[in-house]
Amino acid sequence: MPNTNVPVARLASAVKRYGAITALDGAELVVKPGELLALLGPNGAGKSTAISLMLGLIRPDAGSVELFGQDPQKIEARRRIGVMLQSALLPPTLRVGELLRLTASYYPVPRPVQEAAELAGVADLLKRPYGKLSGGQQRRVQFALALCGRPELLFLDEPTVGMDIEARQKLWTAIRRLIAEGCAVVLTTHYLEEAEALADRVCVMAHGRVIHEGTVDELRARVSLKRIRCITITSIEKVSAWPDVVEARLEGERMHITTAEAEIVVRQLLDADTQLRELEVQRAGLAEAFTELTRDAEQTPTADQREAA
Amino acid sequence: METVISLVPAQPVAMPPGRVFGAYVAEARSECIRYMRAPSFILPMLLFSTVFYVMFGVLLNHGDASRYLLASYGAFGIIGPGLFGFGVSLASERDGGLLTLKRALPMPPGAYLLGKMSMAMIAATIVIMLLILIGIFLAHVSLTATQMLALIVTGALGVLPFCALGMLVGTLVKGQGAPGLLNLIYLPMAFLSGLWLPLSILPPVLQNTAKIWPSYHLNQLTLAAVGLNHEPIIGHVLVLAGFTVVFLFLATRRLRRYG
Repeated sequence: MPNTNVPVARLASAVKRYGAITALDGAELVVKPGELLALLGPNGAGKSTAISLMLGLIRPDAGSVELFGQDPQKIEARRRIGVMLQSALLPPTLRVGELLRLTASYYPVPRPVQEAAELAGVADLLKRPYGKLSGGQQRRVQFALALCGRPELLFLDEPTVGMDIEARQKLWTAIRRLIAEGCAVVLTTHYLEEAEALADRVCVMAHGRVIHEGTVDELRARVSLKRIRCITITSIEKVSAWPDVVEARLEGERMHITTAEAEIVVRQLLDADTQLRELEVQRAGLAEAFTELTRDAEQTPTADQREAA
Repeated sequence: METVISLVPAQPVAMPPGRVFGAYVAEARSECIRYMRAPSFILPMLLFSTVFYVMFGVLLNHGDASRYLLASYGAFGIIGPGLFGFGVSLASERDGGLLTLKRALPMPPGAYLLGKMSMAMIAATIVIMLLILIGIFLAHVSLTATQMLALIVTGALGVLPFCALGMLVGTLVKGQGAPGLLNLIYLPMAFLSGLWLPLSILPPVLQNTAKIWPSYHLNQLTLAAVGLNHEPIIGHVLVLAGFTVVFLFLATRRLRRYG
């Protein structure tokens, strides 16, 4: 990549309305070369609309959209991308190899069919008709189609839905290989561990806006809460009543406490029960951070921010 | 940082013209293969008119009647692949997300429609050749080489207005609703334009309104091809071309607006 500052895709103050619903409300988004950007957010946050804009499927009502500095509706820009959509029923009677050759024909310098198939783990399926494959196999074929054109930017919309753990791990490995080759990836996912495992940057959307952008660690750091786990004879009622405890519950014999002041609460716990065992303190995970962020956004929507279907 | 980066010229990715052409060919080829492998899709298109022709043109009629019916079932058979080949597949691909994926991919413009068109043209040609074979060998209709060729060309090109009509229907309904609606157009239109029963035995009202249907004009062409219509055909060709342009315009407009 010649210049790491050149964005491969970008939304600037993008607005998209569907009737009375504002799906995107001035969204700002920059995808840099070679990075994996995870787009997170609850349903209706505007993720799909943002992707559709960057793919040139729809036009913004206001603001601008660029793909490699061009209008995404220009075929020259789209010759540099690969796409895997959430759902696409491909022709069931075509064989996997035929689908790959067809998709590769759209690109100037595609990968050889065998190479694309191996990368996506479908080399053994080339002769099989697409309609006879399992759901997970079909997703892998769609992934092979997405990467067969040697794209510089790959859009993966919920790629691992319907995959078992092993298939998911394999797909992650393949994505990491593509990134190592310099390919940028925009990933939307409902699995936070997927974003955690792959993403350089995380973009959280709510109400058609980007409400947080940063590394996974930065997102976690946004959340001050920590989790304490221990086995203690101190009663749950007593712990719940301490001023710094946000929440306390029992799971089996183990007590789970959420707090912003882990040090103070740990001291109190140890004072109250000298026999306390198996003490663990953890920063809250991405899941908590995500929930807290989107809950905050939920509580303070301005009048014109409506959730899109 | 965002202000600095917006005006960077795109690095050109050259797509040689040969590869663009190859993409059109690949699309058409895939479209043909996928339907030739789907008997439930292809057989009704081939059998509808041929079975009718065997029944009415071979078993129940002889001589000039068989020749006349070769033209009218020919027209009936040509319309099917256009309406159904286009309408049913477009409706289901809009529904299933394949069209969206193709629009996002760098498929050359028009390759999708040209692919389906070639499929319909090949299917219509096959139908016409089957009918010609039945006409010659079973109904003993004598056809010159020129007449056969004229019929085949009429089939291959005459399917196009019905592709455009099928496409328009495919943009109006999604998924499973398409075959029903297409049959509601196909069968009454065939009847009202005299493809099943000669217009001369239909009520005068229907005789007079037959001209509004594109199928009537196609039938005039197939009749001319087998030597039963000696009037000039240019008017019918123009009407069919007009239908094609109007349907295509309406369909592409809907497709661009609503996807």
